[in-house]
Amino acid sequence: MLQLFRKERMWRPHFLKARYDVVIIGAGVHGLAAAYYLGKRGVTNVAVLDKGYLGSGNSGRNTAIIRANYRTPEGIPFYHESVRLYEGLSQDLGYNVLFSQQGHLTLAHTDSAVDGLRVRAEANALLGVDSRLIGPDEIKRLVPAIDISTSAHQPIRAALYHPPGGIIRHDAVVWGYARGADRLGIEIHPHTEVQGIQTENGQVTAVQTNRGQIKTGTVLNVTSGWCSTIARMVGVNLPIVSHPLQACVTEPLKPFLDKVIVSSNLHVYVNQTDRGELVLGAEIDPYSSYSSASTLPTLEMIAAHTLELFPALVEVRVLRQWAGVCDMTPDYSPIMGEVPEVRGFLVDVGWGTYGFKAGPVSGKTMAELIATGRTPDLIKPFALSRFYEDRLVGEKAAAAVSH
Amino acid sequence: MSFLLCCPNCGERSVYEFRFGGEVRQRPTEEASLREWADYLYARKNEAGVQKEWWYHHLGCRTWFFAVRDTTTNTVLKTFGADK
Ligand SMILES: Cc1cc2nc3c(=O)[nH]c(=O)nc-3n(C[C@H](O)[C@H](O)[C@H](O)COP(=O)(O)OP(=O)(O)OC[C@H]3O[C@@H](n4cnc5c(N)ncnc54)[C@H](O)[C@@H]3O)c2cc1C
Ligand SMILES: [Zn+2]
Repeated sequence: MLQLFRKERMWRPHFLKARYDVVIIGAGVHGLAAAYYLGKRGVTNVAVLDKGYLGSGNSGRNTAIIRANYRTPEGIPFYHESVRLYEGLSQDLGYNVLFSQQGHLTLAHTDSAVDGLRVRAEANALLGVDSRLIGPDEIKRLVPAIDISTSAHQPIRAALYHPPGGIIRHDAVVWGYARGADRLGIEIHPHTEVQGIQTENGQVTAVQTNRGQIKTGTVLNVTSGWCSTIARMVGVNLPIVSHPLQACVTEPLKPFLDKVIVSSNLHVYVNQTDRGELVLGAEIDPYSSYSSASTLPTLEMIAAHTLELFPALVEVRVLRQWAGVCDMTPDYSPIMGEVPEVRGFLVDVGWGTYGFKAGPVSGKTMAELIATGRTPDLIKPFALSRFYEDRLVGEKAAAAVSH
Repeated sequence: MSFLLCCPNCGERSVYEFRFGGEVRQRPTEEASLREWADYLYARKNEAGVQKEWWYHHLGCRTWFFAVRDTTTNTVLKTFGADK
């Protein structure tokens, strides 16, 4: 009983040390997961730095859709492994991350969209991911509130149904990894901004912060929308452009929707939380920006398209709207691994609008790379060098609105 | 924040009338290496601050022009025609 009232610190504050073996820049899901899996490998002289509070970046702003039904033979096994890790994460961390595998539907309203989903269904089936094409009748059975009438502005033709897809409690994932890393002896330093990175003869030697200098030979850049600013500290221009992505949440309604619904044709997605609120999202703002202010045109667009799917929601009020700054790559795949020009500088970036679901597998594979010096096969296709070797991994069809 | 852009031909309009063309970059010369071409295609400064960029007035006069904008606030400092 007393246990209930015992105050337990999730992570402890520390003075900044003069030297760490590894400095992780960014305390989002990617940075904290990498720290946790490094700790599990016994690499514990590690500092995770963040200019704000934990999860103040996109890990605290996303809509928490988890799924594995991507399109490419490189992407599918990678995201599949992440979903598998998420399935065991509450157990692993001893902390409930509220993973609800309620099922995920990607709608198609045009012939070409149906073709695109068919390709994904086949590729998923070949690689062991549960996802299949279903017609309007089955869609209506799974989602009674949806408008499948043929008189709709853009009638629904089919959907890619992905039963293991779902929603997670994003803050719990961030906090759980932070707590896990802290217990393994890793230091987490919020409100510690990186302002420069020193190199000598092409090797990272130190990191400059607003709290002083830290010596280190290994830096991991996991700063999502800000990753270009960090990479430029070592003279590297990444193939990344930062775009805001917005979302909003409505007042709570009685439960009527227990599937995640995405429509790429209508540029909108919807799910209902356990509290009854609808979480609504869209695609990125059409211009680059580091501003996380939200805008009226996007809200209007989200509202209009949501009503095309669920006309009954017309009187529902929006409570909050927000934005996060997303690191978009040209092929909608991430950039992971070493940066050949600068020894000791690693990146795990380019997570754009879809990277929350990849937190566990990215953390685990990046930790393996840092600890062993060998790049795991699962992330080899995502090396920065692909842009110079004509090996892009095009996931736009599976990631643009679906996140 | 949504914002207005001043098209050199049409004046101030909602940013949603325009297409964003990205930061202005230097096109490599004919002798450039493959590596330089790949950099030109993909690598970006992605400035957090003031940048010169391309815009196209899609729902208006359909011309390309330049804007100088602070990407942290979306404040447009100036716009001018591509011939300037
Ligand atoms: C509205 C929205 C909806 C989304 N929906 C989904 C979804 O449904 N499913 C999905 O999988 N993904 C989704 N995403 C994408 C997902 O949120 C991100 O890809 C993911 O959270 C990235 O995690 P991260 O740890 O790499 O970065 P972040 O969580 O952004 O962390 C980066 C950290 O770096 C810090 N930082 C930056 N600069 C510095 C510096 N100079 N010094 C120190 N620290 C610094 C920042 O403060 C920040 O905390 C969505 C994103 C948004 C914005
Ligand atoms: Zn014009």
